[in-house]
Amino acid sequence: MTGRPIVVVGGGQAGLQAALSLREHGFEGRLDVVCAESEAPYDRPPLSKRFLAGTAGTDDLTLRAPAFLDDRRISLVQDTHAVAVDRADASVALSSGGSLPYDRLILATGSTPRHLPVPGSAHPAVRVLRTVDDATRLRTKLQPGSRVVVIGAGFTGLEVSATARGLGCEVTVVEALDRVIARALSRPVSEHLLRLHRENGVRILFGRQVTALDGVPREAAVEVLLADGTRLPADVVVVGVGVRPETALAETAGLDVADGVVVDEHLRTGDPRIHAIGDCARFPDPAGTGSLRLESVQNATDQGKYVAAFLMGADAPGYTAVPWFWTDQYAAKLQIAGLTTGHDRCETDGDPASGRFSVRCYQGGRLLGVESVNRPADHIKARRELAALRAPAAAAAAAV
Amino acid sequence: MATVTYRQPDGTVTVLDVPAGSTVMRGALTNGVEGIEGECGGDGICATCHVYVDHSPVPLPEIDENEGELLDCTSSPRKPNSRLSCQLPVTEELDSLVVTLPATQV
Ligand SMILES: Cc1cc2nc3c(=O)[nH]c(=O)nc-3n(C[C@H](O)[C@H](O)[C@H](O)COP(=O)(O)OP(=O)(O)OC[C@H]3O[C@@H](n4cnc5c(N)ncnc54)[C@H](O)[C@@H]3O)c2cc1C
Ligand code: FES
Repeated sequence: MTGRPIVVVGGGQAGLQAALSLREHGFEGRLDVVCAESEAPYDRPPLSKRFLAGTAGTDDLTLRAPAFLDDRRISLVQDTHAVAVDRADASVALSSGGSLPYDRLILATGSTPRHLPVPGSAHPAVRVLRTVDDATRLRTKLQPGSRVVVIGAGFTGLEVSATARGLGCEVTVVEALDRVIARALSRPVSEHLLRLHRENGVRILFGRQVTALDGVPREAAVEVLLADGTRLPADVVVVGVGVRPETALAETAGLDVADGVVVDEHLRTGDPRIHAIGDCARFPDPAGTGSLRLESVQNATDQGKYVAAFLMGADAPGYTAVPWFWTDQYAAKLQIAGLTTGHDRCETDGDPASGRFSVRCYQGGRLLGVESVNRPADHIKARRELAALRAPAAAAAAAV
Repeated sequence: MATVTYRQPDGTVTVLDVPAGSTVMRGALTNGVEGIEGECGGDGICATCHVYVDHSPVPLPEIDENEGELLDCTSSPRKPNSRLSCQLPVTEELDSLVVTLPATQV
């Protein structure tokens, strides 16, 4: 496994990490990272936070300088799409016309924002946020007094709202459900975030459906039409209704895809020479019975590290990293250790009114995760606690 | 631009010219200096950019509440000269900064 070529498709956080870790583990063969984007690998989280606010530049996003990658003989094939995988020939066809042979292939194709399936959603004032390009173009629209309508009170939508308020925009958020980040957060934390947004002057409309976006194609402004007849005029509309995993390549290659490229506990697809990691991968839940697909830096980085170790070592145990996530809104830094979805009981430690508290979430007495607002020490401890809870389970599974 | 020296626990030294406006964390990360993880990209969340500041030509920005709390739970022990390197913006005045990396970050 030290000399044959490895191809990574996708130069995001997961793909880059896999390549870096392969070299750290002593992989000496040819290593290509094919990436559709023209920028060298960069950090996405600041795109809705410091970068959108204008307090961080593109230099503050770069994950590794091109010179460093050259030095490690990691060849970045930029501005290029992998368009097909020929599994019989073990090669990847590129949009540039060429192809790359592989001994092992790592799919790290990430995810793509969902668009609103309503009339008018292609209007130029309607935006999504995924790339540095999206963020740069969105930033120019966030002027003091600009009317911003955010569709979806999820993490990205709320971060954009907070940043836009900081820049002096008027912000309205339209959400179909009855609370913010309803799917991923406990009630106390969700309510705290709602309070923060309201205190900061964001208008949030719950239980509303967008039916259309109405605007003259060449004009800057657009109106957001809701099912109850409300019309919201906007200079810019940011759609934050989630992402879909980028699985086109895996599908055409005939791999199993079910809201993500399906992999086993070694992050391996049905074809043992092909792995999938990061936002695009659906993997067995190490703490449960089902499967997971996560969208976070932690997941991308840990899976990149895991796949490199697996390819370079012999029989490593399965992937068991504890998930963690964070979001930054106004002065609140929210950190989540574990996954709290599905909890049946929660305990709040500290007073939410003080702006510093943690919520421990349980299911049937088992700790699922901890959500901490401005309590970083609780978060770090919770990660260690959850890792310790997992260790015996992993050891038992390995013994079977 | 400021010259920043990063020392490993084993004595290995990397000297980098880091552009003003960047951070001590980003300078290390982009150039692959071992021992800096920077998992949260500089958001002051992860405590994986811990350094010990050996020499600074000018006083550094004060440690705020968040950084102080994170420094209390770094994986290598906190010392009086511990900082999170993402909270150290690089300026021309910072030229000749010297930091030592801790043995572990996670
Ligand atoms: C605005 C924003 C804010 C975020 N904030 C946070 C946060 O606070 N905390 C957190 O933990 N996470 C956050 N995330 C999520 C996190 O950034 C992602 O989970 C992570 O970047 C996923 O990494 P990845 O490598 O799997 O995918 P990506 O980073 O999406 O990278 C995939 C790359 O593959 C390329 N690609 C796809 N298909 C092909 C192909 N066929 N050929 C060649 N290249 C291809 C894509 O162009 C892309 O560059 C945020 C994301 C966004 C967009
Ligand atoms: S990079 Fe995460 S705290 Fe500094």
